[in-house]
Amino acid sequence: MATQTIEFKDAAARAAHAVQSEGPSSGDELQDLHGDKLVLNMGPSHPSTHGVLRILIELDGETVTKAVPDVGYLHRGDEKIAENMTYNQFVPYTDRLDYLAPLANNVAYALAVEKLMGIDTQLPPRCQYLRVICCELARISAHLLGLGAFAMDLGALTVFLHTFTEREKIYNLCESLTGARFTTSYTRIGGMTRDCPPGWAAAVRKFLDEVVVNFDESETLLTRNRIFVDRTRDVGVISRELAIDYGLTGPNLRGSGVDYDVRKAHPYLVYKDLEFDIPVGSVGDSYDRYLVRMEEMRQSVRIIRQCLDRLPGGPDNAGKEPINIADGKVVLPPKDKVLTGMEELIHQFMIVTQGVNAPAGEVYFGAENPKGELGFYINSRGGGTPYRLKIRAPSFVNLGILPAVLPGHLMSDVVSILGSFDFVMGECDR
Amino acid sequence: MPTSLELAGQLREKFGDLISEPLEFRGEVTVTVTNSERIAEVCQHAKTALGFDFLIDLSSVDNYGDDPRWTVVYELSGIGHGQHLRLKTSVSEERSELPTVSQVWRTADWHEREAYDMMGITFSGHPDLRRILMWEGYPYYPLRKDFPLAGKPTVLPDTAFTLAAPLEGGPFVTLPGGKDSAAREPRVRTPEE
Repeated sequence: MATQTIEFKDAAARAAHAVQSEGPSSGDELQDLHGDKLVLNMGPSHPSTHGVLRILIELDGETVTKAVPDVGYLHRGDEKIAENMTYNQFVPYTDRLDYLAPLANNVAYALAVEKLMGIDTQLPPRCQYLRVICCELARISAHLLGLGAFAMDLGALTVFLHTFTEREKIYNLCESLTGARFTTSYTRIGGMTRDCPPGWAAAVRKFLDEVVVNFDESETLLTRNRIFVDRTRDVGVISRELAIDYGLTGPNLRGSGVDYDVRKAHPYLVYKDLEFDIPVGSVGDSYDRYLVRMEEMRQSVRIIRQCLDRLPGGPDNAGKEPINIADGKVVLPPKDKVLTGMEELIHQFMIVTQGVNAPAGEVYFGAENPKGELGFYINSRGGGTPYRLKIRAPSFVNLGILPAVLPGHLMSDVVSILGSFDFVMGECDR
Repeated sequence: MPTSLELAGQLREKFGDLISEPLEFRGEVTVTVTNSERIAEVCQHAKTALGFDFLIDLSSVDNYGDDPRWTVVYELSGIGHGQHLRLKTSVSEERSELPTVSQVWRTADWHEREAYDMMGITFSGHPDLRRILMWEGYPYYPLRKDFPLAGKPTVLPDTAFTLAAPLEGGPFVTLPGGKDSAAREPRVRTPEE
């Protein structure tokens, strides 16, 4: 695919030139009117590619006739790295997959390893509720950014500033929960690094009350905004069949009207005890995907409120509920016990130097992350290190549909479609 | 609603010895397709007759030192019945090729490109088998077990990296093969060495 030299600005100018130079009735006029196709390179550094996605776009005038996505600019070899370290050591790498929702990645990864070890059902209830709160906070955070960036791509900068104010509050909550704003590394195999600090649950409640107001404000800015609706409605329509064929997951799949959410289809943690709805679209266009995300955030607020109400041990854990599995061979024992007890010292030594002892076998675990189904396929031959760990990254799979969706749209619609897909390249390229 | 085990049984009824006895582990059902040349046929049947319309994932495993060297793993799911089934098939190193399933589920297109890019397994009949995460012209397959974690230098002109990744010999990296921990652990070595 070679780029061609453009002598004339557009096909009309070329045709005008042809008419002038060769007289009114030469037979090539119509041929000239079609003009040559232009190959445009979009990205890897382009504001609307939200990272380092590169798309080679073949244009006929302003209409896309072919699109070839090129991914891999952020490839770090996470799967190779995972084969060379213990299960717990890989937790920080999961922060860097979908770096807009690190808490949700931590939880998904921990659950995958726990499924391999067969301990996922033994998790203490407080741990499960806290993990659900983490997942849903991450969902709100990721959707707020996706929404803000989407609106910004379409020229509505205000929404971005609005949603970022709320994300800042989530970062503050993450910081007081995990000690880090961004790279949280909160989970460990069999539990979490720490319980939530005193007053944290109350701070989350306060945040939820504020964020629902922000949802309404953002919706006022977008949902009936003529410019926004014109640029998203009937743009990037994905049929139900096409979405399933291309393995879309998350809001992109539900925008096409498929009622599939891992939290409902294969409930993990305590999702089966919680009440929430799965919003689905009717047309499958960019506007539907926007609406689905908007509603999902409201449902997340609903889920977190239920979790806070039911949190075992109370908000500040007055009941001294455990947050880790009571198995010294899986979770690091308390430090005071390590320094005084022989058995705990051995456990600590074994976990740190060799990792948790997973059985041989293979499992796949998928969790409903903000971008879609984040799955881990773990092939274990026993011991503390995976033999093979495959990350099923939702952004990677979701981008695979671009060659089928983009052709036929205008160049400006490409921006709208990319924005509505809400992908993260850190996860796509791994 | 049929269970995964029943669906695996139906697959066995149709294909007989081609499908191994279903294996259950952690609530998941795995069957092995003994002849990798027929994987596309099995997948097509699973999709059309058994309702597995959703390919969640396709991954590859390098059983380095064993024969056959490659295992390709398909994670199937059905939106309608909600069941999960894992198909596995093995490919020898000499052959390193099996039929594509991208005609069955189009999502397999990118998954197979990734397996080709990372492991060097080719998929016959694939419409566009190019590297996807590494760049075109990269000479190695980085997820193979005989590819070192630190990377290898490439001598290709015009590529982004021609030196080994800085991981090797870094100040905090334990070197393999030293006779004791002092030799393996660079932090205890004196700077003169």
